Amino acid sequence: MASTEADVFDRLGRGLSALGAWIDKRFPMTKLMKEHATEYYAAKNFNVWYGFGVIATVVLVIQLVTGIFLTMNYKPSAEGAFASVEYIMRDVYWGWLIRYLHSTGASAFFIVVYLHMFRGLLYGSYKKPRELVWIIGMFIYFCLMAEAFFGYLLPWGNMSYWGAQVIVSLFGAIPVVGNGLAEWIRGDFYISDITLNRFFALHVAAVPLALIALVVVHIMALHEVGSNNPDGIEIKEYKDASGKPIDGVAFHPYHTSKDLVIVIVFLIAFSAAVFFAPDMGGYFLEHANFEPADPLKTPVHIAPVWYFTPFYAMLRAVPDKLLGIAFMASAVLLPLFLPWLDRCRVKSIRYRSWIYKIALAVFAVSFIALGYLGMQPPTQPIYVLCRIFTILYFAFFITMPFYSRVEKTKPVPTRVTS
Amino acid sequence: MAESKGFTRRHFLTVATAVTGGVGVIGTAVPFVASFKPSARAQALGAPVEFDVSKLEVGAMSKIEWRGHPIYIVHRSPEMLATLKKDESLLRDPKSESADSIQPSYAKNEYRSIRPAFLVLEGVCTHLGCAPSPRFEVAPADLGPAWPGGFFCPCHGSKFDLAGRVFMGVPAPANLGVPPYRFINDNTLLIGSDTGSS
Amino acid sequence: MRITVAALLLGLGLAGAAHAEGEARLDSANTNIKNMASLQRGAKYFVNYCLGCHSAKYVRYNRLAEDLQITEQQLVDNLMFTGEHASDTMANAMRPEDATRWFGVAPPDLSLIARSRGTDYLYTYLRGFYVDPSRPTGANNVVLRGTAMPAVLWELQGPQRAVFHADPEHPGQEVLERLEQIRPGELSAAQFDETVRDIVNFLDYIGEPIKRDREALGIRVIGFLLVFLLIAYLLKKEIWKDVH
Repeated sequence: MASTEADVFDRLGRGLSALGAWIDKRFPMTKLMKEHATEYYAAKNFNVWYGFGVIATVVLVIQLVTGIFLTMNYKPSAEGAFASVEYIMRDVYWGWLIRYLHSTGASAFFIVVYLHMFRGLLYGSYKKPRELVWIIGMFIYFCLMAEAFFGYLLPWGNMSYWGAQVIVSLFGAIPVVGNGLAEWIRGDFYISDITLNRFFALHVAAVPLALIALVVVHIMALHEVGSNNPDGIEIKEYKDASGKPIDGVAFHPYHTSKDLVIVIVFLIAFSAAVFFAPDMGGYFLEHANFEPADPLKTPVHIAPVWYFTPFYAMLRAVPDKLLGIAFMASAVLLPLFLPWLDRCRVKSIRYRSWIYKIALAVFAVSFIALGYLGMQPPTQPIYVLCRIFTILYFAFFITMPFYSRVEKTKPVPTRVTS
Repeated sequence: MAESKGFTRRHFLTVATAVTGGVGVIGTAVPFVASFKPSARAQALGAPVEFDVSKLEVGAMSKIEWRGHPIYIVHRSPEMLATLKKDESLLRDPKSESADSIQPSYAKNEYRSIRPAFLVLEGVCTHLGCAPSPRFEVAPADLGPAWPGGFFCPCHGSKFDLAGRVFMGVPAPANLGVPPYRFINDNTLLIGSDTGSS
Repeated sequence: MRITVAALLLGLGLAGAAHAEGEARLDSANTNIKNMASLQRGAKYFVNYCLGCHSAKYVRYNRLAEDLQITEQQLVDNLMFTGEHASDTMANAMRPEDATRWFGVAPPDLSLIARSRGTDYLYTYLRGFYVDPSRPTGANNVVLRGTAMPAVLWELQGPQRAVFHADPEHPGQEVLERLEQIRPGELSAAQFDETVRDIVNFLDYIGEPIKRDREALGIRVIGFLLVFLLIAYLLKKEIWKDVH
């Protein structure tokens, strides 16, 4: 009998199955696919807020791939760095695209991660049994800040140089160990070629490895307890006869197909930035950084890149340098304790009191306001506003143990709502 | 009888998504793969090199660098040119016909050059890449009485004549390569280009 | 030497402060990097008036020819005077040590000046020189007070004088009121503005040569993504159709 198209596909299918069986005897391929995709059930009512985790992973991949290609042409020396970036922008085929993907990706990473964290605040994703997911996530955030800080020095522009100078000098303000510590970080008496080379190693190798490991562990911890949902209820409490959560759908193909749509929307916005506004008016690529590093010439306004300005505003709000650093560090660390600061047993904001809704709104507004204020020149009215919003930021965390215990919550449904 | 699979809407959309996604992935990969090509700076550094032959004495050789390779330029005397015809029976590929013999079409002649007086060669031994030494003197003590003058590679003893053609019985399999070149005027060689403008 | 550097830093600081207070109002450059004729003129002015002291060390001549749609012969005839190859970059002959000795500061490389300062700044700067006998070059500038750069476009613009009046907000200090033409130059005011616009347009282009191309490519990329979005959305809807 003549073989037909169907026969060919049939034979191909059987061949692949045989290959799969051979692998499965030696590696838990099908087991992992089932546990984490085809038989991992997540709530069917995920909204847009639940897309930012996948988007963050996509951005991580973008940064890793573009970063590797940049490293092929970048020179990590004080003498060669700035010129090598222009070499990439002009002489390397498509170098300009790889560079803009990486610089836009850095800012995109923080936008996405801040929104991803905010989802946690909206729906109580940090609460039991997901405290560890939250803690690992906070460590990812700390690594991300370090990665951005190290990476920003690499172009060796004037803002790179002076930004690093300011931040490292903060460490110098710590009593007793400060100066030694700053010198140890720099590897030299001032930000120099030596500092640049070691920040390069940290940015390209050390922190990315840590980030990848933490992301893997973050997802493992999440899958161990199952994802939360916008109603904040545990879908594993209501299973059908076959043991599948009634309100859950398999991650693949349901959430994979939904996430694909969300990722494409993100890529459209991302492409708009990359191709039409890579500088983003000086927020993604700062004007002063198109001049090479000059130890004798400070830029008119030194400000960190936009994603650090909320904390920079707090630093400047406090008149004492050491106290300012303490405030800034606390501001970054406080969210780590949310699982224990928040005493409300209801997870989702949908069923919590107006107190929490106002508190969260004030917190979000304060964070954004501080971000804006951190970019402004340090005048008296700016100082006053910085102080007000810093107090409001801290108030969110400090008052939470008190009101969250007694707040009036609405009845939480047993089944998810749309 | 073959049964056709029902093409459901879902099946169709899955294939459409996969194909579009595949196109997207390939489109994204193209710039990254292309970025490996020699950059504008590499091409600038590999640009053709000029050489003034008016200063080169008869019987002398100059060495310059192009694209990281040594290029030999020899001002051959009439006596040197006369040796080329004599030893053809000792050569592996006297007419440069082998596919391994690299030279532009204008160098595929008995002199392996545009003008007989000037030989332009890549100083890279076709055995394992050492730079052959110029040995233009006839019948020196170490090379024997039959040596007509040519190039001797010190690494493994390969021998080439005064047109860069390889002798038989030596490790090197092919004649020395001739790079693209042309005369932009009577006294100036441009090595690395043979088309109109550099 | 130290006094010069200190004076320069002070000047820069004052300029920075003045800029922050908005003393030097910047005029709109209105450049258009798609205007090929303007870029070609700008390239010519740049090579004639700027390249003597400034370099544009990240700009390659042959890339310039390709982007500005001029032939290699036109490139060599009009833009290359000192025997470089088309594949070379726009370096200049002045050594930084000499430059610092003569001007107090080395003239900065101009490859990226439009990205760091902006076209409006450059447009206002190049038109903002005025006579000032107290300066070593005999000229000062409304945008960058104490600039070490001489007024190289003097002859085209004709010399200007600055008119100050007392600053009502800061007693004892002066504020610029306006610039006045002392004598006409070779070009009328409108022609000179156009010339400077061409130069600034060229500086904008060399700051980022890929800019025109990247926008065109962006449209195609986003177009593709929109098509992909539609297909992926239909697939999602199909997969989720039985979930309520």
